[in-house]
Amino acid sequence: MSGELQHYDLPFWKKYIFSQDHKVIGIQYGITALIFLFFGFLLMLLMRWQLAYPGQPLPVIGKWFGEANMPDGVMLPEFYNQLGAMHGTIMVFLGVVPLAVGAFGNYLVPLQIGAPDMAFPKLNMASFWVYFVGGVIMLVSFFVPGGAANSGWTSYPPLANIATTGQTYWLLGMVFLITSSLLGSVNTITTIFQLRAPGLSFFRLPFFVWGQLIAAFLLLLAFPPLEAAGVMQLMDRVFHTSFFMPTGLMISGQPLDISGGGSVLLWQHLFWFLAHPEVYVLILPAMGIVTEIITNNSRKPLNGHKLMIYSVIFLGFMSFIVWAHHMFLTGMGTAISTFFQATTMIISIPSVIILSYLFITLWGGSIRFNTPMLFALAFLPMFGIGGLTGLPLGLSTSDIHLHDTYYVIAHFHYVVAPGTIFALFAGIYYWFPKATGRRMNELLGKIHFWPSFIFMNVIFMPMFIQGLAGVSRRLYDGGASYDFAQGVLHLNKISTHGAWGLAIVQIPFIINFVWSIFKGQKVESDNPWEATTLEWAAPNCPPHGNFLKPVKAYRGPYEYSVPGAKKDFSPQFEEHT
Amino acid sequence: MDFTKFFPLPVVASAHGHEVDLVIYLIHALMFVLFLGWGFFFIFTLIRFRKGKNPKASYTGVKNHISSYVEVGVALFEAMILIGLSIPFWSKQVNAFPTRTDTMEVRIVAEQFAWNVHYPGPDKKFGKADPKFYDKQSNPLALDRQDPNGKDDVVTINQLYLPIGNPVIIHLTSRDVIHCFSVPAMRVKQDILPGMSIPLWFTPTKRGKYEIACAQLCGIGHYRMKGYLTVESQEEFDSWLAQQISANAESGGDDDFWN
Ligand code: HEM
Ligand SMILES: [Cu+2]
Ligand SMILES: [Cu+2]
Repeated sequence: MSGELQHYDLPFWKKYIFSQDHKVIGIQYGITALIFLFFGFLLMLLMRWQLAYPGQPLPVIGKWFGEANMPDGVMLPEFYNQLGAMHGTIMVFLGVVPLAVGAFGNYLVPLQIGAPDMAFPKLNMASFWVYFVGGVIMLVSFFVPGGAANSGWTSYPPLANIATTGQTYWLLGMVFLITSSLLGSVNTITTIFQLRAPGLSFFRLPFFVWGQLIAAFLLLLAFPPLEAAGVMQLMDRVFHTSFFMPTGLMISGQPLDISGGGSVLLWQHLFWFLAHPEVYVLILPAMGIVTEIITNNSRKPLNGHKLMIYSVIFLGFMSFIVWAHHMFLTGMGTAISTFFQATTMIISIPSVIILSYLFITLWGGSIRFNTPMLFALAFLPMFGIGGLTGLPLGLSTSDIHLHDTYYVIAHFHYVVAPGTIFALFAGIYYWFPKATGRRMNELLGKIHFWPSFIFMNVIFMPMFIQGLAGVSRRLYDGGASYDFAQGVLHLNKISTHGAWGLAIVQIPFIINFVWSIFKGQKVESDNPWEATTLEWAAPNCPPHGNFLKPVKAYRGPYEYSVPGAKKDFSPQFEEHT
Repeated sequence: MDFTKFFPLPVVASAHGHEVDLVIYLIHALMFVLFLGWGFFFIFTLIRFRKGKNPKASYTGVKNHISSYVEVGVALFEAMILIGLSIPFWSKQVNAFPTRTDTMEVRIVAEQFAWNVHYPGPDKKFGKADPKFYDKQSNPLALDRQDPNGKDDVVTINQLYLPIGNPVIIHLTSRDVIHCFSVPAMRVKQDILPGMSIPLWFTPTKRGKYEIACAQLCGIGHYRMKGYLTVESQEEFDSWLAQQISANAESGGDDDFWN
């Protein structure tokens, strides 16, 4: 790597555009993913208008979307379905995963393990650019005839097979996104196995690195089946094969000219074989971030550190054998449903253990409530709600009533929105000084946190009630045409107003983020939070190659308040404390 | 205080509905207890161990094993619901179909965006269907009216009539995309997969008119793919059926179009 260090005067485009430095790539991922998150959020705001005010013209901006989507500002169901499918796809595959894994993973894993870079810097660059192309394809798909994909982020055939051209773009885009994740996961795994600093045994790895390692394994092993399935659906659409098309289909009364003989369930199995582990890809990096911040700001070692590591390994393994709990209602018999119910109940145990230890770690601490800590603390009960409400969906009996209702929407949004997204915000506030040498403003941070916390609950809590009342998801009118939904329809307005509120209180974040890059308060120390892990041994805005002198790990990652030590933190990289 | 009052569940109108609700109540009870327990611990800890109150953190923290007991408790409770309720329920409701002689059988063919209901009539035999007889308006199920079994068959669209108290088996098929047959009041929901015929059964126990919803995204009309289930007395049902059959015979036997 010392050879690498000499190429200091790279031309601009090599340094910032086609960079091979994991930190630059991490930031590229981060900015791109934040923009996509924002875009996915805007799509959802449009949907929320239609759900709260079905059939009413959207004032002022409604007309901008064209006659094909919103004639006179009134949304058509065609457009609603596009928005739904693309909100889900963009949030998951272009927003949260690239931010959690591509940005945080890329930026922090080498620093936290004391490595000069990722194991394969060129591959790393390739994975970002492949992701970028996938994102562009998804965006372009809004402008093809018939608009973007409209069969849900799950793209179940036959509906997806007979959908408009946008679905073909969706599949192509997914092939790029999956390829990008596969390249990235190979890189992360190799890096963690090969490039750890001397003394950094697996049990001394920060929990964040563990989260990234397990997430990388999940991506590596779960994505290939979906990539295969995506190519098969592409064949069905473009070359008229019938992998997912059974014999005898009639669309609007016309027999479909296909050979038939395929299976619609095959897609669901292949899809959920990825998409369930994918949920853990969304959550493990978040747990990692939260663990770092909670230990740091309670000035305490992590309780049950080893047990947490065993739990996360077990969780990763189990996440491969629960997928069919998304398919209880496809006509599943008792034997299979018993298996998937049992695995689902079992996987709840390590999640409960991890969450419990994060709570317990706070006991006896000396807790500081700065902005990153507030977001990290809020993650715990929010993820708790998301996780617990998975239980009734994992029991096939209660799933009969709750399947495909707003209860499901509320459940997984508690996991990913006030859960993962809060953890990601926490991480941005926490590592901002390392990346920029400046702090984000605390006051603006708190103005960002408190209303966000309230609005998230205003948005999603009512959806549990609607779901229990039986309102289906993916309804263009939010349930307005059903009598049994009338009693809970007014909640649609509450959710929507909450979403507006949430949008508004992101403004302080955006201002804070941009302003602090240039004008934020400079930090004097390389270790402003008085933390213990290796990334704080590197100078702020670490140069290409990361560390100025070789690093070594002398102890575990969370040695805070060690009795007899001079300071209340004993960094991994200091021999004597 | 009745815990179940907090749940905005729809009325239950089927024999097994309460069993579904029981699982919902029990698992939510576990969730509430856990959440409140964690919540109290969390808030107490944040206040008690804030920096101002506790300037020096403890290196060891919690030494007892209460959390392990909690985890074992959670696991046991989950196992109880799973083994005691959910698995037996599934094997009864999904694998063991009623054999009583008064069991009704109905076929439903879903399509974008309607429910075609097919009654076998008094002979309890479904008439044959063949795509060549298909006509969107007059014969949406493509029934062969010459088939003796089909003479007394009745077809309705978006209207399902059932007598109260009899078990009913519904054979669900789709001719285009995946739909999902959902009647919240009956606590039944079943995906309908093209290429497969999936049976479902329940016993309606309350008279009334209930909504049938499609619960799986099936295209632009998904939100309005709505039907009605009317549960009435056996006599009312029988006279309705007889009326339909005679109307069929009068109109030459090929037309019964309810909307
Ligand atoms: C914080 C703001 C968010 C709000 C208010 C929101 C709102 C919604 C709503 C209302 C729906 C249901 C639409 C329907 O059923 O018709 C939905 C669907 C969905 N959302 Fe979100 N969402 C948010 C963030 C996220 C995030 C961060 C993710 C993922 C990481 C996400 C992933 C999804 C997915 C996968 C679907 C299902 C799409 C489908 O039906 O195919 N959402 N969201
Ligand atoms: Cu449908
Ligand atoms: Cu539907």
